[in-house]
Amino acid sequence: MERVLHSAAFGHSRNPVATILERIERRLDGLFGAVSNPLRHLGAIGFLLFWVIALTGVYLYAVFDTSVAGAYRSTEALSATAYGFGAVVRALHRYASDAFVAVLLLHLARELAFGRVSGFRRFTWLTGVPLVWLTFAAGIVGFWLLWDEVAALSAVATTEWLDALGIFGETLARNFLGAAAVNDRLFSLFVFLHVGLPLLLLAGMWIHVQRLARPDTRPARSLTVGTVGALIVLSFLQPAPLAAPADLGQLPQAVKFDWFFLAPNALSERGSAAVLWLLAAGGTVLLLSLPWLVRTVRAPVAIVDPANCNGCSRCFDDCPYAAVSMTRRGDGGLAVVDADLCAGCGICAGACPSATPFRSVAELVSGIDLPHDPVDRIRRALTEVLAAGEAPVVAFGCRHGADLRALEANGVHAIALECAAQLPPAFVEYALRRGASGVVVVRCADGACEYRLGDRWSDARLAGEREPHLRASVPRDRVLVVGAGAGEERDVMTRIARWRRLPVHAARQEAGDHA
Amino acid sequence: MRSILAVLGQAVLYALFAAFVGFFSTRPQYRPLPDAHALVKLSVSHAGALKADCRRRTREELERLPPNMRVPAECPRERSPLVIELALDGRLLHAETAMPSGLARDGAATVYRRFVVPAGTHHIAVRLNDDGRVPGFTHQREADLTLVPGQVLVIDFDSERKEVVLL
Ligand code: HEM
Ligand code: SF4
Ligand code: SF4
Repeated sequence: MERVLHSAAFGHSRNPVATILERIERRLDGLFGAVSNPLRHLGAIGFLLFWVIALTGVYLYAVFDTSVAGAYRSTEALSATAYGFGAVVRALHRYASDAFVAVLLLHLARELAFGRVSGFRRFTWLTGVPLVWLTFAAGIVGFWLLWDEVAALSAVATTEWLDALGIFGETLARNFLGAAAVNDRLFSLFVFLHVGLPLLLLAGMWIHVQRLARPDTRPARSLTVGTVGALIVLSFLQPAPLAAPADLGQLPQAVKFDWFFLAPNALSERGSAAVLWLLAAGGTVLLLSLPWLVRTVRAPVAIVDPANCNGCSRCFDDCPYAAVSMTRRGDGGLAVVDADLCAGCGICAGACPSATPFRSVAELVSGIDLPHDPVDRIRRALTEVLAAGEAPVVAFGCRHGADLRALEANGVHAIALECAAQLPPAFVEYALRRGASGVVVVRCADGACEYRLGDRWSDARLAGEREPHLRASVPRDRVLVVGAGAGEERDVMTRIARWRRLPVHAARQEAGDHA
Repeated sequence: MRSILAVLGQAVLYALFAAFVGFFSTRPQYRPLPDAHALVKLSVSHAGALKADCRRRTREELERLPPNMRVPAECPRERSPLVIELALDGRLLHAETAMPSGLARDGAATVYRRFVVPAGTHHIAVRLNDDGRVPGFTHQREADLTLVPGQVLVIDFDSERKEVVLL
């Protein structure tokens, strides 16, 4: 058995932050369900919040007076609308924006903690970085539109910070020396920026997810309701503050302040502009160079064998990174892999009709396959397991979730895969027909697939809802699908024991001994 | 039972998130200045005098030039640096010599500085030289001012009226 397990390394080592984060996420899975777990769908929440901000923004734009004198007055007048509707919309616009910053930074930190910066993810990482700048720029200008004391503070602080760079011909901050300097034309510029920058941000978000197939940009219903609902309640409970009208000749003693967006202003004014430049520019350069600093071993990519490809385009449908495209060949098609986009997950091999183990060829060659870890290796490992054991239970498991060695110690024969969806479903039927008493597929927890879509495709194929499907004639009580992450080996063993009607206690003990 | 607990748990976490957003969206209050302090902003953008007068070219010089460039007067475009001093209660707060902008040094010289000073009555003196050929200072302004806490005093130079202004 050792040979099978060592044919490809188990488990990927993770940094401690990632391990803790994973543990928290699994806890939250228990509460929200992985599909609605906020931490697993931060990008999607970002999109949701953007739409909330855009919608409330359209209303505010309609009632906003874009002149120096009218800006403050029209903002103040919002509270006088029927039932304070205007004030609530304004508060929602404000708090959704604040939440956007929080979610953006969390999303960045999470991808960073999981080391998702290089290789096939480089494009997504690099296109994420400018979104941070765009978000802050779009939001900060929004505060200026109110033209209250905070607006004046922020406008002065921002322009002084830009001036500190010394690349602008004139001193921008001189636009805010006194009331006489601020005019309606300047205000029209603010409005233009506050419409234009968010549009640019949206374009950037769109580019950011271009390399992903079926990007997760729409949160599940309960996540949508929970997030927007919480912000609406907050908007009713705490109206968005409006300070006294801007007075460039007088600073307030103390003023309510939006730390999500304006913390940089406070830092450059009370600290120094140079420090903020160092942080902002240094941070950006660091984030942008991470893909080259964090060298990951480049996973070998999938390769198409034209002789075995019939052009069915299932691999094209299932690839999570849009790495497969279909070209014409005669009157059919041919799959082509873009090596720069390929993650080496093997999900395409699991989708290919030619990867069925029932083919009577000495070496099983799939139309598309991972050259270093081909389906032929899976069939050989399975043959070996079936020959060695008496009606064994065979587990196919992914290397990114539960540690399969724990199963081995419990008498289950494990075969490691790069992704559970690398397994062509016909292997399940093949194993059962050749003497296995049961087949377990151990995949990542719901929505936690290392390769984004593997858990979904694996489930759908085994349930007969997606091609290639597991045939209806296969007795389903002999097939078990378990979703589990690293560290949840005991859970997996308990599930398997219950399914085999073994005393759970004994299985627990064994798993415990192993750990 | 479990699902009710899960919904409650979710509600608690969503509420915590909203509370987090609501808190840092308004609190803690920001204090732009230490208590009982005011801000003096020295902000000048001024194109000083030309560094040298126009000069008539000599006949020999003119002959050396191509025919289409034989203009009798030669006018250097470079301007004088702006020398500026700010003193508060007789103590020098800031002294700077700002170079005119532009490759040919023919643009405005700019000074922008902020000083946090205790509120109260101060004697402020601003001295400025915008003409390199004149020794000492070309423009001065002194005033006794009472700054209330949080006040922003702007010291500017009005290039048209040629005087230091206090806003
Ligand atoms: C406006 C802010 C942002 C939004 C709305 C956003 C949205 C998204 C979405 C929807 C996804 C797809 C998730 C999936 O389908 O699996 C994603 C993935 C990703 N994002 Fe962002 N993002 C933002 C900012 C950033 C930033 C600032 C970074 C880092 C610098 C970043 C790094 C990544 C990475 C590395 C992935 C790839 C995940 C993977 O390949 O599994 N994003 N983002
Ligand atoms: S290995 Fe994964 S990423 Fe690469 S082509 Fe196949 S499905 Fe796409
Ligand atoms: S799934 Fe296999 S047969 Fe179908 S297009 Fe892809 S490589 Fe070709």
